[in-house]
Amino acid sequence: MQPISSVKGKAYPLGLKNVDTDIIIPAAWLKTISRSGLGKGAFQTLRGVAGNVFDDPAYAGAPILIAGDNFGCGSSREHAAWAMADLGISAVIAPSFSDIFSGNAFKNGLLAIVLPQEAIDRLMDVAKTDEIHIDLETQTVTTPFQDRFAFEIDPFRKHCLINGVDEIGLTLKSSDAISAYENKISASQSWLSPNQA
Amino acid sequence: MSAPQTLYEKIWNAHVVEQRDDGTCLIFIDRHLVHEVTSPQAFEGLRVAGRQVRRPDLTLAVPDHNLPTTARLDANGNNIPIADPESAQQLEALERNAPEFGISYIDATDVKQGIVHVVGPEQGFSLPGTTIVCGDSHTACHGGLGALAFGIGTSEVEHVLATQTLQLSRSKSMEVRVEGELGPGVSAKDVVLHITGVLGASGGTGHVIEYTGAVIRALSIEGRLTISNMAIEHGARAGLVAPDDVTYAYLKGRPMAPKGGDWDAAVAYWRSLATDIDAVYDKVVTISAADIAPSVTWGTSPEDVLPITGVVPDPSTFADPSKQAAAQKSLDYMGLTPGMPMTDISVENIFIGSCTNSRIEDLRAAAAVLKGRKKADNVKWAIVVPGSGLVKQQAEAEGLDRIFIDAGLEWREPGCSACLGMNPDKVPAGERCASTSNRNFVGRQGPGARTHLVSPAMAAAAAITGRLTDVRAFMD
Repeated sequence: MQPISSVKGKAYPLGLKNVDTDIIIPAAWLKTISRSGLGKGAFQTLRGVAGNVFDDPAYAGAPILIAGDNFGCGSSREHAAWAMADLGISAVIAPSFSDIFSGNAFKNGLLAIVLPQEAIDRLMDVAKTDEIHIDLETQTVTTPFQDRFAFEIDPFRKHCLINGVDEIGLTLKSSDAISAYENKISASQSWLSPNQA
Repeated sequence: MSAPQTLYEKIWNAHVVEQRDDGTCLIFIDRHLVHEVTSPQAFEGLRVAGRQVRRPDLTLAVPDHNLPTTARLDANGNNIPIADPESAQQLEALERNAPEFGISYIDATDVKQGIVHVVGPEQGFSLPGTTIVCGDSHTACHGGLGALAFGIGTSEVEHVLATQTLQLSRSKSMEVRVEGELGPGVSAKDVVLHITGVLGASGGTGHVIEYTGAVIRALSIEGRLTISNMAIEHGARAGLVAPDDVTYAYLKGRPMAPKGGDWDAAVAYWRSLATDIDAVYDKVVTISAADIAPSVTWGTSPEDVLPITGVVPDPSTFADPSKQAAAQKSLDYMGLTPGMPMTDISVENIFIGSCTNSRIEDLRAAAAVLKGRKKADNVKWAIVVPGSGLVKQQAEAEGLDRIFIDAGLEWREPGCSACLGMNPDKVPAGERCASTSNRNFVGRQGPGARTHLVSPAMAAAAAITGRLTDVRAFMD
């Protein structure tokens, strides 16, 4: 994972709530065996509609997306995070995220920033004309108009994002603890080992 | 004596390998189900980093999402290749990756093949009190057996393959208590649709939900799997039903379940998992069975639920302004007008299947309604897709396939089918489908498809009349 500590730039003012994973990337795009090239399918159903923010030249190449409640609900497809990253999006700001999407975003260095609806409303307004600045170190979202919104983030996730930590590599450092757990279970709950069908 | 604990806390605590100062835990994963869509990039990641699968014995792979549900073998018993080259490539990747990493693989032509969430319980791979993951959000399903089961993304699939663990933060706990007794024609699917309507699509976010109460206790395992399956549709990453004698009777003798003395030890352990009497949930929601009717969705979020006796809602009546806008968009997409009775909505397509409703009990419920009847002429496409080869075999032994075929429905091979629009089974743009699946998202069953989520019995009733129908009209 590439380290990420801040994102600054234009933001797509989408604002929709319950943006599900089928909206972010339809299932027809899940047949790939690669992580790349999914940007072409990102938000396909929304892009078919006249006046959508993704095809508006005012927001071309924006690194930030602003959305409504429950962003990323639905499927566990990490393709949603890959598609957004491929589209050039580095951060999403919304009042809430589905648990699985939020995890997938984190694993790909895509910031999922939670702010209250009032802040979202204000940022939707600012995004029409100006840039937005997300700073992970200070955990703030700011605008050129002195707006300053603080956000919470899990300290472990913050550490991993800023340092670009390879999480599997990190966990493998606990291999001895995992082995000890496995030994304990095979002694006390041997029935947990599945019969091979 | 230790503090009273919920079922969720007991399972969580039994799986902590390490706990960090910030509260994040390294959690051991007992069972990992792998399918063809969310795993290729994970195996590729292992290859690039030179890593092995830590516990292939705890991992089981089966293809389901891409497979066409038409015949898989020709008259000579040879494989019929998948026409779509991308689907074929994804299937080949799993066929190659499973043996390369030493993982058991159930082939597309094996009678045991089926939807991962049907196969796991059916084989006794999924057990109470275990942690179960799969790169699929409906993994919550296995919670119906009392397992802590949840969907993960591909990076987490790779993490579990390499380490048999996940770095997780503890969720909040919620109890959804369903009291009373279900009325005639009201099934587990109606219960979970109703719960989703009450909680909303994000009502369970950040929580693990335990479903309790007389209604849940009275359900079969099939019914409990249906309920827990859709925990994700109200935002909960996992659902749970405490294991009991119904669970043990279902699991005993299944191929991968414990045997002999191991079985007795397992049951003794499972009995200790029930939520302690004085344990406290972070949130409690109580629902009365008397309020649950045969249910149907009208919009493009699973929270858009109505009793079949209802009328299409007027968006202006919603209190939340963002919900008003969303409802209007949904109605435009669905081609519906406010005030229209739900039973006036005609349907051209019927789908009975998916990890939510493709088990033997689901097929029996649909067949009971369809027996001796015919589908309506305006129903152009009606398919019944069993959840596994074993469900198919059982249904055929009971003669259910004849009932479906005689009624004018197609009897298919097992797979995810028309639930998600990534195999040939799709609903044409602009057409409606009464579907026993779990999501009515825009384009879910194919671009422009309009989905109404219902129970198997309700889908059968809609097939007969060609419109959304109160199944109670077909009951004595």
